[in-house]
Amino acid sequence: MSLATFTTPTATHGPSKASDLVEKVAVRNLDFFYGDHRALKNVNVSLYQGKVTAFIGPSGCGKSTLLRILNRMYDLYPNQRATGEVALDGKNILSPSQDLNLLRAQVGMVFQKPTPFPMTIFENIAFGIRLYERLPKSELDGRVQHALQRAALWEEVKDKLGANGLSLSGGQQQRLCIARTVAVRPEVILFDEPCSALDPISTAKIEELIDELKDDYTIAIVTHNMQQAARVSDFTAFMYLGELIEYDETSRMFTTPTDRRTQDYITGRFG
Amino acid sequence: MAIALSSIYATRRRRNGITMALAYAATLFGLSWLVLILAVLLWEGFSGLSLAVFTEMTPPPGSAGGLLNPIVGSLIMTVLAVLIGTPLGVLAGTYMAEYGRYDKLTIVVRFINDILLSAPSIVIGLFIYEIMVAQMGHFSGWAGAVSLAVIVVPVVVRTTEDMLTLVPDTLREAGASIGLPRSLMIQRVAYRAARAGMITGVLLAVARISGETAPLLFTALNNQFWSLNLNAPVASLPVVIFQFALSPYHDWQKLAWTGALIITLAVLALSITARLLTAQRKSS
Repeated sequence: MSLATFTTPTATHGPSKASDLVEKVAVRNLDFFYGDHRALKNVNVSLYQGKVTAFIGPSGCGKSTLLRILNRMYDLYPNQRATGEVALDGKNILSPSQDLNLLRAQVGMVFQKPTPFPMTIFENIAFGIRLYERLPKSELDGRVQHALQRAALWEEVKDKLGANGLSLSGGQQQRLCIARTVAVRPEVILFDEPCSALDPISTAKIEELIDELKDDYTIAIVTHNMQQAARVSDFTAFMYLGELIEYDETSRMFTTPTDRRTQDYITGRFG
Repeated sequence: MAIALSSIYATRRRRNGITMALAYAATLFGLSWLVLILAVLLWEGFSGLSLAVFTEMTPPPGSAGGLLNPIVGSLIMTVLAVLIGTPLGVLAGTYMAEYGRYDKLTIVVRFINDILLSAPSIVIGLFIYEIMVAQMGHFSGWAGAVSLAVIVVPVVVRTTEDMLTLVPDTLREAGASIGLPRSLMIQRVAYRAARAGMITGVLLAVARISGETAPLLFTALNNQFWSLNLNAPVASLPVVIFQFALSPYHDWQKLAWTGALIITLAVLALSITARLLTAQRKSS
């Protein structure tokens, strides 16, 4: 079966103006199982280059599960498997021959809870860079600085790069994690509820950051917060009970959703 | 209504008072023995403490001497045991917590390790006697070190596994998310996060073997003289204490008390260090 069969978004799940968009990640007929439990049911969705795609839906709907398939994070655990296809630049990443470390360097992830490594701020960033590149000290310093600037953290930490990453505040730690992810130069960045542990000011900063980052990356964000999805995303996918119910441009999803369940969810009738 | 409630409350208070009193009494009973042991040890041990203890060899009965050879012997065998046992324990614990966390083998190893953890040390001594001393035809420092290492391994396996299990999975995922291979994630992230606890485990293992007598009786035996030859019998503090304390000679008994004090203080220092390290981990 050739990949070409899948590259056109289906009529029910997809924005109408798909033609001028570059499809970076294509999820086709994706099922996911935790043991015998089928957590995702025939999901089809696309992530477009330079766009932010938000996944919303009530708890347990499978949106984080979906995100964790895109970099095959689920592979760390036993009895979890995905069937179907996830194509990154046309190449199926679910294939057993896929190199997981390279995939994850290509598809970065920012987690719900800030997870700095137990090392200095500088090392938190430099560590990931050194994994795949051998750089002279001056260039490495530049890369670290650039990553911290992209994450809007440089001004706050430039005088204490030697301090432990864990000594920063929660919001700063999360930006450090974003800098760490950016430093590896991924093509896709996955945000798994990146603001749910942060205060409103830090949340605003992260959202601003996502908006700036989207020019260079393909971004997917899982969020519980519908206002956040409306603010940061270009496309929104609504998931419910393991199914992708509706997927469209964010502006249309929040004004004229076609499915009854989407309507109920975004108007706060359940969830 | 109010009267009924207050009578229930009064009963509860009475019960509470009785239970508290019992708990205090039990604590006091337990602590008093500990204090008694320590007090006698300090009293008897300190009076014999002098520079000679650390500079002279164990004497024949009736003459003056020190504990230099058993102190050095104990140090050598303990260090060797830690050098042999720690890598084995850390590697096995790492397998159990990281690579094989969901494997059946891990459950089996953990079960056997728990048995080994509580195995009587005399059995370990006899085992090493059978496979080393009997084969070599003589007692040796090596056999002593190996029998102590067998005690170190399960302690280190246990603490390594426990400490690595405490490292949150989110940190592992964060490592994986930047393309970190598992081996590097363990070395650079998990070990770093679990470092204090793992070192504590090794220190506790050292504390555990510093007082072990039974396994050494069957393996390193004892040596009256200065000897660094690990192919020959080597003196150790616990065995010398055992021998001297049971002897009828007063100066030997005195030295036994001093030796016991030295071990106790060393173990106490190790425990305090372990505590401090754990406290540091919690606060950071």
